[in-house]
Amino acid sequence: MRLTCPFSGDRDSREFSVRGGAVLERPEGEWSAEWDAYLHLRENPAGESREFWYHDPTGTWLIVTRNTVTHEVLSVEPAREPG
Amino acid sequence: MTRLVAQTPCAGLLPVDIGTVRVTEAEPGPMHLVAPFRGQAKAVSAVLKDALGVGLPAPNRSQSADGVRALWVAPGQALLIGAEPPDLPGAAVSDLSDAYAVVEIAGADAAEVLARLVPVDLGVLKRGHTARTLIGHMTGSVTRLGAARFEMMVFRSMAGSLVHELTEAMEAMAARRALAARPD
Amino acid sequence: MRIAGRGLDPEGAALAFSFDGKRLSGREGDTLAAALLANDIRLVGRSFKYHRPRGILTAGSEEPNALVTVGEGAGAEPNIRATVQELHDGLVAVSQNRWPSLERDILSVNDLFAPFLSAGFYYKTFMWPRAFWEAIYEPIIRRAAGLGALSGQPDPGRSERAFAFCDLLVIGAGPAGLMAALTAGRAGARVILADEDARMGGRLLAEREEVDGAPGPVWAAGIVAELAVMENVRLMPRTTVTGAYDQGSYGALERVGHHVPRAEHLPRDCFWRIAAKRAVLCGGALERPLALPDNDRPGIMTAGAVRAYLNRWGVSPGRAVAVFGNNDDAHRTAADLCDAGVKVAALIDAREDAETDLDVPFHSGAVVTGTKGRLGLTEITVTKGGNSHTIQADCLAMSGGWNPSVHLTCHMNGRPVWDEDLLAFVPSPGAVPGLRVAGAANGTFSTAGCLAAGITAAKEALGELGQTAPDIAVPEAEDRPYHIRALWAVPGKARAWLDFQNDVTVKDVTLAAQENYRSVEHMKRYTTQGMATDQGKNSNVAALAVLADATGRTIPETGTTTFRPPYSPVAIGALGAGAEGPGFAPERRTTSDAASRDRGAPMIEAGLWFRPSYYPRPGETTWRHSCDREVRMVRAAVGVVDVSTLGKIDVQGPDAAAFLDFAYAGTMSTLKPGRVRYGLMLREDGHVMDDGTAARFADGHYVITTTTAAAGQVMTHLEFARQVLRPDLDVQIASATEQWAQFAIAGPLADEVLGAVLDGGFESTGWPFMSHGAVAVGGVAARLFRISFSGERGYELAVPSRYGASLYRLLVAQAESLGGGAYGMEALNVLRIEKGFITHAEIDGRVTAFDLGMGRMVSQKKESIGRAAAGRPGLLDPERPQLVGLRVKEPDQALFAGAHLFEKTAEAVRVNAQGHVSSNCWSPTLGTHLGIGFLTKGPERYGETVRMVDHLRGAEVLCEVCHPVFFDPEGGRMRD
Repeated sequence: MRLTCPFSGDRDSREFSVRGGAVLERPEGEWSAEWDAYLHLRENPAGESREFWYHDPTGTWLIVTRNTVTHEVLSVEPAREPG
Repeated sequence: MTRLVAQTPCAGLLPVDIGTVRVTEAEPGPMHLVAPFRGQAKAVSAVLKDALGVGLPAPNRSQSADGVRALWVAPGQALLIGAEPPDLPGAAVSDLSDAYAVVEIAGADAAEVLARLVPVDLGVLKRGHTARTLIGHMTGSVTRLGAARFEMMVFRSMAGSLVHELTEAMEAMAARRALAARPD
Repeated sequence: MRIAGRGLDPEGAALAFSFDGKRLSGREGDTLAAALLANDIRLVGRSFKYHRPRGILTAGSEEPNALVTVGEGAGAEPNIRATVQELHDGLVAVSQNRWPSLERDILSVNDLFAPFLSAGFYYKTFMWPRAFWEAIYEPIIRRAAGLGALSGQPDPGRSERAFAFCDLLVIGAGPAGLMAALTAGRAGARVILADEDARMGGRLLAEREEVDGAPGPVWAAGIVAELAVMENVRLMPRTTVTGAYDQGSYGALERVGHHVPRAEHLPRDCFWRIAAKRAVLCGGALERPLALPDNDRPGIMTAGAVRAYLNRWGVSPGRAVAVFGNNDDAHRTAADLCDAGVKVAALIDAREDAETDLDVPFHSGAVVTGTKGRLGLTEITVTKGGNSHTIQADCLAMSGGWNPSVHLTCHMNGRPVWDEDLLAFVPSPGAVPGLRVAGAANGTFSTAGCLAAGITAAKEALGELGQTAPDIAVPEAEDRPYHIRALWAVPGKARAWLDFQNDVTVKDVTLAAQENYRSVEHMKRYTTQGMATDQGKNSNVAALAVLADATGRTIPETGTTTFRPPYSPVAIGALGAGAEGPGFAPERRTTSDAASRDRGAPMIEAGLWFRPSYYPRPGETTWRHSCDREVRMVRAAVGVVDVSTLGKIDVQGPDAAAFLDFAYAGTMSTLKPGRVRYGLMLREDGHVMDDGTAARFADGHYVITTTTAAAGQVMTHLEFARQVLRPDLDVQIASATEQWAQFAIAGPLADEVLGAVLDGGFESTGWPFMSHGAVAVGGVAARLFRISFSGERGYELAVPSRYGASLYRLLVAQAESLGGGAYGMEALNVLRIEKGFITHAEIDGRVTAFDLGMGRMVSQKKESIGRAAAGRPGLLDPERPQLVGLRVKEPDQALFAGAHLFEKTAEAVRVNAQGHVSSNCWSPTLGTHLGIGFLTKGPERYGETVRMVDHLRGAEVLCEVCHPVFFDPEGGRMRD
């Protein structure tokens, strides 16, 4: 598998590790059902999926949109724009 | 007074010559990681350019002038090599002069040797281009210095492993060349 | 038998080799199989299950029978296909799976029991008694069945791995592949042309055909020569593309050193990971054997293989060759044999309407219904319309048609489709993104068609990449049509083999169908058809056809075969190349590494780091002697230990303080410059991830430390916090672990050591506990931290790493002059257990701050990672096991980490477990065994006696629960 990192370019998957579904909205306040969902509940789609991946050599967190059925990579975006 | 003796990361390990390839330890001088704070990249780049002739490089690139280099290492981070940085209030500056083992690999088969260790396309890595990638199992950087000359950096503590990996790859490459040169 | 003047290299040098100890001679350019046939050796192995005598079936990597062991001693390699192994001078080959010899194999008695050994035999027979399976049945079956054996010694050979990149990967260098590579090469694209064979040309090397007026091999050599000088083309002979993976990744096995005597450092194999923007599969086609009765005798082979041996190597596999087929291709074999002057005993075509111009005994509408010859073919029976007669033949060339090599197109779940004209599966287009198929692999069987398809495929592929290929005229070549009529199995009483390698016959497949293993996947597993090294290349389609017939379905209804990587066998040593020995993982060495090893310290691994275990002195015979002495030394005088392995992270920026408040459970924003604070980092689920210190250097600058083992994890975690959770904060982080060599100086005499080493001496006034600042050593700017992990007055002194080795020797020398010295991990561990300090033995991922008695460190005044989750009632339950100290009741009894804790009289079973011991040691300071661990309601139970039970070590020890800080609970020794 290969990913095209928006910074480093086309790279072998060995340079990356995956963290799981890209859930961006971190809840606020005390423990709640929202926290439970944020921590534990993930879709497991057969199809388009958004995931956090980490490019280890540059320490960059990425959001990868890919199809879990065809393995097609639809987009790779930085989690945070530099600057 | 106490006297401390400096030791380079690859002391006692390099140089190594095998086949057409030679690996030597580079002594790059001061190295500082420069990471501009929010919105400061242009200003920091300008100050650097003014003081040392190199600005912040684009991703996978380096800039060099008069022995001073700026090497891209990550989004928003560059390694300034070969000179002490000027005062940079708009950036995080970390002295990493002693953090890396830096070696140079040169020779006709240098790229072939690297192809045994580095999972990036060296064919598109032109002079001055740099790649943050893996070297064997180590995280590091590879920068092309010339047609058959590369600079590699890994964490200082991994100098022995780097030399081991390079040596094995060089030995295998040299044995292949010897085989190809066999009269038959 | 060698035919004079025939073959690609009739004047090739003679090479000496041996087979089963027999000294033989072959010719340069031979494969081992060709050389054996040239020496009239037909019997080369025994079959897997029945130990039937077997010969060479094919001339390629699909060979199921001719597996041999090559080489001697530790480096001997089993299961080498004789059809792939190139001959070299001095090659030593030995046959396999026979005893005592190939001709007399005791276990060939299995064949007599064949009626009982049908499909599913093992499943049906060895059911009971149950205990017999592991002890008796399995060892016997394993001995009887099988392929070659490994030497059992470490392999002296090694392999390598490499990465390659290209615009176009061309897989296979036959007519289609050569034209594809030439087209792309001339267009200036970066091309890799990989071919399994040592010599490129594919089937052209095995046929008598002309291309553009030149003999096929000559034409191929010309194209290869042109490609060889193109800088943008990499030729990879002896390279099998073994797998197709996502995003244009391909695996390829290059056989680097198998074809020459072993040479130092020369890799045996190289496993390539190729990233190709586009690929063209020109893998050709594989000929099918015919399932006729007793079709497995040595001397029976595929018709295309017979042609290959004849035309490429100048070897006739027999002196009287019968040819049998159901397609036009079989006739070519007869024609080539005639041309070479080899007697064709008969040409048998199953098709009624078949014709021939050849002057050979010809039987149309006939089939071969039997064969004879114990160790090699002597006779065949030909039947036509109910009449049979025998024909003397020592070789039978059979052709059941050709299967396009669709394998790679199946590797990403693609299903090939059935072509009724070819009676074969052809690739489904687009089965692997970016991969096209051209030539015989795509069902184009004429040479002219292959040449044209190669050009077209390359042009299309380059077009997608925005590159233009020059026009290349299609070379002139043979353009005959291909006709075939279905014939899968010839009926008969005797067994007819489908899968030679696994001894699977037509009967086995029909039996599977009878027993309702009607799905092709079930049939495969029940009969073992299609397994082992050839992975069904010779048998899958025929077995599917037999299954279809047995179940009354068409072939497409019955299913397709699933081919998975690798296309042909890949040694594990090649896949794992480079990861042997020190290549397994990087070794991280501290700057004091050499000094520690000079002092005889055994090094232990801590993550990737190597750290000194202890420093033995004369007279010390066990690690405990040294460890105890080092502990006493630190408590009484002073010790020095390298702590550079702890992670150091520079945190800088206007929001550095806010960021650390968010990352740590505790508050770091209130820390004053020049001060150090201990902190816990939680995971978002509320459990402790790591602990360490934060030192504030300036308002916007901290240096934080992590444990050795978690440094990488913490860095990733902090980057996640910075980039994903809090992009609003303006902060930069950088790992500075390797920049600094840092040494702990611990003990009552620590100040004296510093006084001798620091420029201007040292005066502890102004250096309160948990402070830090700048100092100098020999003019070198250094950092000094007053912190302690031993419970003693302690400092950590850091200098740039280049000075680490030098400073370490200096510090140890100073310490030794004061009655102290170096100490290692064992003593460090004892010192911290005596103080109840935690490590990852305690923070094992299941532990919360509450469990550690540090619940109050989770600040509720600010938001931090894990704060909300740490507040879950279940994580604050007083019943949870919490940190305690454990002191044995009888001083000579030891505690064991990992052992469970029970009430004094409770039965030692899981439901009664109340916690566990996480760390243990002998405390020379207190003269007793100690432990720390986690115990239900622990802090309420000080003074209570509990029982430690270690079922693994068979130990039971009573111990008293106490506060986890055993030594100097007030902390005066480190603080004052």
